[in-house]
Amino acid sequence: MTTKMFGAKVARVEDQRFLRGQGRYVDDLLTDDPRLLHSAVLRSPHAHARIVDIDVSDVLDLEGVIAVWTWDDLTGPMAEPLPLLIPHPTLTHGRTQYALARDEVNYVGEAIAFVVAVDRYVAEDAVSRIRVDYEFLKPVVGIAAARAAANAVHDDVPDNVGARMEQENGDARAAIATAPHTLTLDLDVERSACTPMEGRGTVARWDPDTSRLTVWSSTQTSTGVRGCVAAKLGLDLAKVDVVTPDVGGGFGVKINHPWPEELLVPLAAMTLGRPVKFTEDRREHFISSAHERAQQHHVEVGFDDDGRVLGLNVEFWHDHGAYTPYGLIVPIITSTQLLGPYKPANYRVVFESLYTNTVIVTPYRGAGRPQGCFVMERTMDAISAYLGKDRTEVRATNFIQPDEFPYEHGLVFQDGRELTYDSGDYPASLVKLKELVGWDEFEDFRAEMAAQGRKVGIGLACYVEGTGVGPYEGAHVHIETSGKVKVATGLTTQGQGHQTAFAQIVADTLGVRFEDVEITTGDTRKMPYAVGTFASRAAVMSGSAIHLAALRAKEKALRIAAEALEASEDDLEIADGVVSVRGTDASAGTRIDLGTVAVLSNPLRYAFDEASKAATQFSVGDPGKPPVAEDDEPGLEGKDFYSPPRSTFANGMHAVIVETDPDTAEIKILKYAVVHDCGNLINPMIVEGQIHGGVAQGVGGALYERMAYDESGQLLNASFMDFLMPYATEVPTSIDIDHLETPSPLNPLGIKGAGEAGVIPSAAVFAAAIEDAEGFPIMSMPISPSELFELRLAHADEPHPLTEESA
Amino acid sequence: MKPAPFAYLRPATLEEALAALAGEQGAKVLAGGQSLVPLLNMRLAAPSMLIDINALPDLGHVRVAEDGVRVGALARHAEVLGSAEAEQAQPLLAMALRHVAHPTIRNRGTTVGSIVHADAAAEVPMVLRLLEGSVDVASVRGRRTIPAAELFAGPLESTLAHDEIAVEAFFPALAPGAGVAFQEIARRHGDYALVGVAAHVETDGEAVTRARVGFVSVSDVPVVVDVTDAVQDPAGDPAATALAELDPAEDIHATAAYRTHLVKVLAPRVLAAATDHARSRAGEAIHP
Amino acid sequence: MTTEQLHDVRLHVNGSVHEVQVPARRLLSDALRHDCGLTGTHVGCEHGVCGACTVLVDGTPMRSCLMLAVSAVDAEITTVEGLTEDDGTAQGRLSPVQQAFSDCHGLQCGFCTPGFLTTITAGLRETPDPTEDEAREMIAGNLCRCTGYQNIVKSVLRASEIVAERERGEA
Repeated sequence: MTTKMFGAKVARVEDQRFLRGQGRYVDDLLTDDPRLLHSAVLRSPHAHARIVDIDVSDVLDLEGVIAVWTWDDLTGPMAEPLPLLIPHPTLTHGRTQYALARDEVNYVGEAIAFVVAVDRYVAEDAVSRIRVDYEFLKPVVGIAAARAAANAVHDDVPDNVGARMEQENGDARAAIATAPHTLTLDLDVERSACTPMEGRGTVARWDPDTSRLTVWSSTQTSTGVRGCVAAKLGLDLAKVDVVTPDVGGGFGVKINHPWPEELLVPLAAMTLGRPVKFTEDRREHFISSAHERAQQHHVEVGFDDDGRVLGLNVEFWHDHGAYTPYGLIVPIITSTQLLGPYKPANYRVVFESLYTNTVIVTPYRGAGRPQGCFVMERTMDAISAYLGKDRTEVRATNFIQPDEFPYEHGLVFQDGRELTYDSGDYPASLVKLKELVGWDEFEDFRAEMAAQGRKVGIGLACYVEGTGVGPYEGAHVHIETSGKVKVATGLTTQGQGHQTAFAQIVADTLGVRFEDVEITTGDTRKMPYAVGTFASRAAVMSGSAIHLAALRAKEKALRIAAEALEASEDDLEIADGVVSVRGTDASAGTRIDLGTVAVLSNPLRYAFDEASKAATQFSVGDPGKPPVAEDDEPGLEGKDFYSPPRSTFANGMHAVIVETDPDTAEIKILKYAVVHDCGNLINPMIVEGQIHGGVAQGVGGALYERMAYDESGQLLNASFMDFLMPYATEVPTSIDIDHLETPSPLNPLGIKGAGEAGVIPSAAVFAAAIEDAEGFPIMSMPISPSELFELRLAHADEPHPLTEESA
Repeated sequence: MKPAPFAYLRPATLEEALAALAGEQGAKVLAGGQSLVPLLNMRLAAPSMLIDINALPDLGHVRVAEDGVRVGALARHAEVLGSAEAEQAQPLLAMALRHVAHPTIRNRGTTVGSIVHADAAAEVPMVLRLLEGSVDVASVRGRRTIPAAELFAGPLESTLAHDEIAVEAFFPALAPGAGVAFQEIARRHGDYALVGVAAHVETDGEAVTRARVGFVSVSDVPVVVDVTDAVQDPAGDPAATALAELDPAEDIHATAAYRTHLVKVLAPRVLAAATDHARSRAGEAIHP
Repeated sequence: MTTEQLHDVRLHVNGSVHEVQVPARRLLSDALRHDCGLTGTHVGCEHGVCGACTVLVDGTPMRSCLMLAVSAVDAEITTVEGLTEDDGTAQGRLSPVQQAFSDCHGLQCGFCTPGFLTTITAGLRETPDPTEDEAREMIAGNLCRCTGYQNIVKSVLRASEIVAERERGEA
């Protein structure tokens, strides 16, 4: 009997190589190739300037320097702006940068020149010798400056507005005008960034013997990189292979593509006839990879005596940085996912996406949802405070009920499809959360702490996360004559344990030993059609595709086995890689292992091995027909694609108890609780790991991390010294997790995505808890002790404005 | 982030090191390198030559005598922190060293190196000044002792001449009847302090005869303020006395007002703790 | 520009001797990765904060990005590749710390992991039976962006158990 792998806490197979130091990340590749060259990029030290002249004359004199490129050296598509990956009709003024700046730079860090040398040290020496004359322009930094539009980022973009988008369900303004109660709130979130431990990196090798280009990139989409490299370098797609090796974390930043270096490295490799590597360093990561999160929101809400939202009108301003290569995905997600588990009777949202002279913005884990959740949950807390009601009660009043699924919001989601929730049970989740965090006992705890002179607060936040967005992923399952199962899926892996979770699916679906399954991801040689790993989609999309592909392989295996065993397919079962007639013992003639079935699947049957020899004892096929039937093909394989009608919607709720120091304003986490519903769990250990990581990243985003730009557009904290990623000492000492599993009806495994969830409610839940501890509203995140101290000063001698009216 | 090129020397004797340093204006001394190498990697420093003193003999000591603790130029923070004798002789040293970065950095970084790096955000320079210690420096011209009060010239600037190598720091022992305390507030565990405060208090019976407070990260040089009068005056405000000589600045992690507030919070706390410490030590001395 | 002077450096790594020729500015992290081919040591920040490049220098954890290769001549260096125990197989047996990370899901992308493994290996020699707080303190100088540290703390505690189990001959 094979043990069911789906749902089990299976130890990860990838860990063996990682733990032994045998992982292969991009910078590890080709290290023993003496022909390998290294590169460095000259980046703009100014936020906004015209390039008058670039002088590279001193560079090639330097021993060890091989070549240098500026925009003047680029030709054809390489000299054109980088692609705008995801256009949108409302993105009326989309702009992208050049691989190397042409005549203007728009952020500190924008690539200007590319140097190739014998090693990175010499390449950096060379970069420091390039002289650029700039004509300075006035920088636009921050949303306020962008909205004021005293200066323009791009001459041809009026008021710095790249896009304006509006959606409405019902008539929110009318509903607010007639509502018994109304509130307005202004809510801000600052910039942060993914900051994976491994930065970006690309290696390329042109093979003149086969006329093929191989590119290894630390990316979240190898097919995407392949497509753009081929297009930009003018190569046939068939000449380009892109392989994603081990990736040291992504969190979103590596889904944007092509980065300038992803094109310049292959260009240099082809031009120079030698392999070339680019490894981004930490400072570069801060100033030349993407950021996210900065948004300002204005909320008007109308509600009844129970706190039921009758009308919600949200305006917000999104800082997308200097260019818009990734379109409007982030603000569109905010505008739709803001609704969370609630069903306001009328909803209107309008946003402007604004240019600033800062690093570009592309999705960072959560992708606009943390801001949306912050807005909605702060609104729920404000309504509760105004009415003097328990915060969980007001939320429960507004929940979509379990019998209302599928629930249509009347809006269009990021994938261009209707925003329709598939399943969930929010009231049940809330019950679990209250229990887990001790919501009903908290006032006793508060009193106990107050008696000791200590201040504590509790907060909660709920979210719904559209996961598993399409359009598709595919998988190929190949059963070798050894019985080993080789599976390829095209999306990439950045630490999520896909090699384990996907193998669990295959083991169950096919009836083979988990150990016999090997998963390959992110290699365009094995699966040229794929999308990528983002939007918590890998398990839903590739997991489902792998399941379907394995079913096809199984179908074929049963057909061949039935013939060989002279049994009906319906009577066969597969367990531990052996097909047998159900209900029979192990006697000969009733069992055949999958390896042998694989041999039988191929009429070419050289007796290389024992399996092939064994296969000769079975006679298969009609001697009167061709060895490979008309509707068949040789080999035991299955290939399929999964393409869902729309996204799945995972959900969850977090609660936190914080203590704020009355003297120093330090903020300490006393308890953190998570209730999480991502449908059926493939590997609960991995899902909990994702939650842990998300919560820690959320703690960083709520209490520690921000991008500190000065007025001139210099990023003041472009290092791990000053960009304060949490250490073990800054995260909760434990995270209490409870799961609810409401299966998705949209895919065969009933799963929903889990990757981003942990980070979504963080800003909201910490703001709520700190507000509860302090008694004044927290409207801007992140918050530091210094800022909390300043707020205390501002609110000294002032009653709580949200409870004042209800008092 | 790779260093610019430099020449490199790894002398076997102090004399050789001093001669090389005297002969090369752009040379810098490499000991632990935990402050220097990040600057090299970011190309914020580009010395023409590094003189690596890690192979010099007889500089790795942490010697404890009746008058105090002598720390050689190659003694790592971890070694100083690991010396129970040193902690016994001068407890403030260990109290402060526990706040220096993380253990892995303390394994390589040297205490003397931290002093001559003269960072006002670092714990050890301030502690040396508060304890009225000194640094012995050597050059081809001979040796001299620089009292801590004369050691810090400006932000990241010591009064060592270019050709001098600090070979030993001296932290005076804690006198009977004296007590010390240290507290700091940092954003993350192990970060540079937003504000760090140490106190050194001398008592005679119940009376405080001398009280001084040292500050980390509230001025651009390590500052020590004598608050004896304010402590002795029942209506005195030692934090206010201290703040008169401090200039808390705003940066991305804290406003000046918050730093000022933290000084007000921490100064009385460490003074009280140091006073308790002094009294408890006096008690121990009487009743061993 | 004159050719940069190269230094003959003999590095002792994981019990082997590597004779390399490097310029003085070559960071130990780069020498290990690119000159010795030991790419298990990872580089995450090159300013000493993240801890991914941590190796053992004479048994003591240090940042290899803050050391020069030329300055490491007299030291015995242990990298992640040197942590496995000899059990007669080519691969070797996972050390207690490595095994604990596998048992407890102490890693995700694996990039920061080598620095944690080396740090904890040394930490457990000093504190063989850590409390949870001591375990957290042991890893407090290493950044991880994936795990939220929850399972790394568990791994430290589990590793301590495995050391004891192996000493008793149970595993």
